[in-house]
Amino acid sequence: MSLVLIAALPFIGALFPGLMIRAGRNACAMMTGSFTLLALILLLIEAPAVLQGEVIRNQISWIPSLGLHANFFLDGLGLLFAGMILGIGLLVILYARFYLYKTDPMGQFYTYLMLFQGAMVGIVLSDNILLLLIFWELTSLSSFLLIGYWKHLPEGRQGARMALAVTGGGGLALIGGMLLLGGIVGSYDMTVILQSRDVIQASPWYLPALLLILLGCFTKSAQFPFHFWLPHAMAAPTPVSAYLHSATMVKAGLFLMARLWPVLAGTDAWFYIVGITGLITMVLGAVIALFKDDLKALLAFSTVSHLGLITMLLGFGTAEAAVVAVFHIINHATFKAALFMTAGIVDHEAHTRDIKRLGGLRHLMPITFTIATIAALSMAGIPLLNGFLSKEMMLEEAAHTDIWVGIFATLGALFSVAYSFRFIAHTFLGPKRDDYPGHPHDPGFGLWAAPAFLAVLVVIIGILPQTVVGALVAATSGAVIQAELPYYSLQLWHGVTPALFMSIIAVVGGVLVLMSFRRMEGVWNALPRPEAKTIFDWIVEGIAGASRRLTDALHDGAISRYLMIFAATAVITGVVSFMGGTHAAGTHQLLPAGPMAIIGLLLLTVASLGVVLFHRNRLLSLVIISVNGLVISLGFVYLSAPDLALTQLTVEVVTIILLLLALNFLPKETPRESTMGRKWRDGIVSVAAGIAVGGLAYALMARDLAFQSISQFHLDQSYPGGGGTNVVNVILVDFRGYDTFGEIIVLGIAALAIYALTQTLLHGRASRRLMEIGKGIKRDGDRHPLMLVVATRVMMPIAVMVGVYIFLRGHNEPGGGFVAGLVVSIALLMQYMASGFAWAQARQRADYHAIIASGVLIAAATGVGAWFADRPFLTSAFGYFQIPPMDKFELATAMAFDLGVFLAVVGSVMLALASLSRLARRAGETVNDTPMDIDPSKTTEEAR
Amino acid sequence: MIAYALYFAFACFGLALLFNLWHLARAPGVNDRVLALDTMVINAIALLILYGVAEGTAVYFEASMLFAMVGFVSTVAYCKFMLRGDIIE
Repeated sequence: MSLVLIAALPFIGALFPGLMIRAGRNACAMMTGSFTLLALILLLIEAPAVLQGEVIRNQISWIPSLGLHANFFLDGLGLLFAGMILGIGLLVILYARFYLYKTDPMGQFYTYLMLFQGAMVGIVLSDNILLLLIFWELTSLSSFLLIGYWKHLPEGRQGARMALAVTGGGGLALIGGMLLLGGIVGSYDMTVILQSRDVIQASPWYLPALLLILLGCFTKSAQFPFHFWLPHAMAAPTPVSAYLHSATMVKAGLFLMARLWPVLAGTDAWFYIVGITGLITMVLGAVIALFKDDLKALLAFSTVSHLGLITMLLGFGTAEAAVVAVFHIINHATFKAALFMTAGIVDHEAHTRDIKRLGGLRHLMPITFTIATIAALSMAGIPLLNGFLSKEMMLEEAAHTDIWVGIFATLGALFSVAYSFRFIAHTFLGPKRDDYPGHPHDPGFGLWAAPAFLAVLVVIIGILPQTVVGALVAATSGAVIQAELPYYSLQLWHGVTPALFMSIIAVVGGVLVLMSFRRMEGVWNALPRPEAKTIFDWIVEGIAGASRRLTDALHDGAISRYLMIFAATAVITGVVSFMGGTHAAGTHQLLPAGPMAIIGLLLLTVASLGVVLFHRNRLLSLVIISVNGLVISLGFVYLSAPDLALTQLTVEVVTIILLLLALNFLPKETPRESTMGRKWRDGIVSVAAGIAVGGLAYALMARDLAFQSISQFHLDQSYPGGGGTNVVNVILVDFRGYDTFGEIIVLGIAALAIYALTQTLLHGRASRRLMEIGKGIKRDGDRHPLMLVVATRVMMPIAVMVGVYIFLRGHNEPGGGFVAGLVVSIALLMQYMASGFAWAQARQRADYHAIIASGVLIAAATGVGAWFADRPFLTSAFGYFQIPPMDKFELATAMAFDLGVFLAVVGSVMLALASLSRLARRAGETVNDTPMDIDPSKTTEEAR
Repeated sequence: MIAYALYFAFACFGLALLFNLWHLARAPGVNDRVLALDTMVINAIALLILYGVAEGTAVYFEASMLFAMVGFVSTVAYCKFMLRGDIIE
């Protein structure tokens, strides 16, 4: 299980920085680092076996029906990447501890960093491509948080958004590609896929899958033309750049290309797409990097260029090139992380990263200068450093491939030399200046320790490649190639080869280019260049604008328009499908309609027409709607659904009170806005929709359903399975308890939303308008009439008792927690109406928020209780008990669940109504302390 | 015998409901309409009880009790709204 643990440790570690920051920044960094270190140690324990060629697997079945398994495996490739992610991660944690400013929230930073680290480790260890996709998306999200860490900087926010849009968009393509790949092979397991090369390459879906997967990889690894997001991501703090752009995020795309190399590479399509994209990216990135004045932008484009180099090598499709790619991944990670860190140090100490304002720093920052020089020379490909070895081998491969590829590769290398030298020369060499924004000096050990360690690696790999990384390169290349390793040698001197000449040309040419930099810069600045950010913003703006126009066309805020579109669409779809099929009349016999049913129907029809006629007078239409509610309740009784009747009846009362409360703050008349044409249009659509729904209901009732009805199952199982004879209640609290659980949560959320919305009305402009509303109303009669107060007080205990009764018997007879909750709510509401909000609220001890919460928690606890009996969530149990003087009675866990429903309903209803009536206070109403307007005990005295 | 009495009662209350409806449609103001609605609820309670008697079951009795208990609350709310504007002061 150690692989699962390695992947999980960073995520677990992400929980702690926020807490540990209270113990100080050192404690926070050490705690964070310890999780990474532990994961790294676990990885190193596995390393010897992997280097021997073993593959370590951990498998957990997660959702087998979807083919989703939490399978992890560790081979050479995984070992290399996981080692880089965790190793450089550890250095970055150390570096960030000393880099972040006092004002930066460090706990947040480490949390994001660990989330990202976990996601990256997950990608490289996944043995299931669906699992890999999940981690892939997680890296996009967590890198968004990291890049936008300095939230106060607009560049940071925009850069983060751009990175998310590009890599997230690519991630979507990748999902498509991976699903296609899984579909071709018939398995989502990486191990199986890796052995299905012939099947995949023979499939007609190979090309679409390849394109989609490459789209994902290219966007992630910033390949042309998606390279533009990477420089903008430089707005992040330097530790983030050092981590994301040297060893991790941008390498994820390379990793996936390397991982799928055995099955995807080797075709013409792969060669041309991957090879040429890599070549273009390499040359273009190197050229742009030369002309960047921002140190980090220079490094960003050099990263783009080196990623292109590796992509190109993978694109060649030969085993030798793949070995070089692997080797360069290692080398690039070491020198580039060191370079980013030194750039960060310069920024930290000199307070600028602008090369034009720097120079001569070698006197002031000798340590930084040494580290930066070693790393930059490695990047340039100077002998004795690791960058030289892989660059030489790359040139060799390029020369073998094609003469033009060789020329362009040399050109890329030439510019690479030029910008690397520029990095050294224009930052550190030259005369000392006296106009630095800060006071540059070497930082403390904490800040330069990490880059120094990497610089040491650069040198020893450069001198003793075979000894230091030979085994790792062999194991990794073996995992990439999945076949016999080709002959290669990691050594300093390869003899007089074409690559040697190309190298010499590159170095000499690079120096010449740098010497004529001033002139070339003039030419470069005069050239018209497309600005990626402008184009990106333009595209985003265009898409956003088009979406907005579409949304506005469908839903412009007027519900009548939205309903018209919705109803018309539904009717048209229905009519089209009705016309497309055959139709036979239903076989069921019609029931005779009694006189009472006809009267009810008449009431319903007239009331509905009345609402249409009087809808401008809002109060009147509410009165007429009540008739509908009444008739529908009666209809439920008539059609043998007493549960529904009780619910409908109580809901009706609560709804009317709610609407009346709201209507107090709304215009009493709906203004006339519709033109005649629109009225006709809406009238036709609504009549058509009504006829359609009526016809559909009739058609369904007149025939047997096409599939087996589940009603009989519920009727049969209600008592033996759920322990209750009231099927409706058993369905609610047992069979479909999970639905109900979700519903009470939604109910609670709705009530809280009403509370929050009305809370905002209590302040600002809305509040001033509320105060205006209160002034114009004519008020007659008593505020708190004696009759009403006395009647409701008497009603209260009776109503509560009825509520309890309905609740208790709900499992076997009509009733249950929902109805009981509404009845008790009405009983409480009556007190509010009779004696006023302030008086009633003062006597309300339990907070409604807490009542909702306790309801949901009780329901959840009941559900969880089933776990202790080794049953799934919300499995109910029931039994019969007897307490001597009483009859035998039944207790079911469903009753506790129903109690949760009850409390959630009471809390939600009361919170919604209390929120609305609270507004009246704002509208200038006074508060009363006494329950009614007159005090009966004092009347005679006052009369005197 | 009881069957005929029930038919008669059904007819009476059914007719009453229709009169209520007539008043609801034609009454001059909102007040009268609220009264019509309240009377409708009373008639509905009566019908429910009659229906229970006709079917020989007590299930509907409870429904009618609940009608009686909460039916007047909306009438009170309407009245307070028309008189005071705010129903929970």
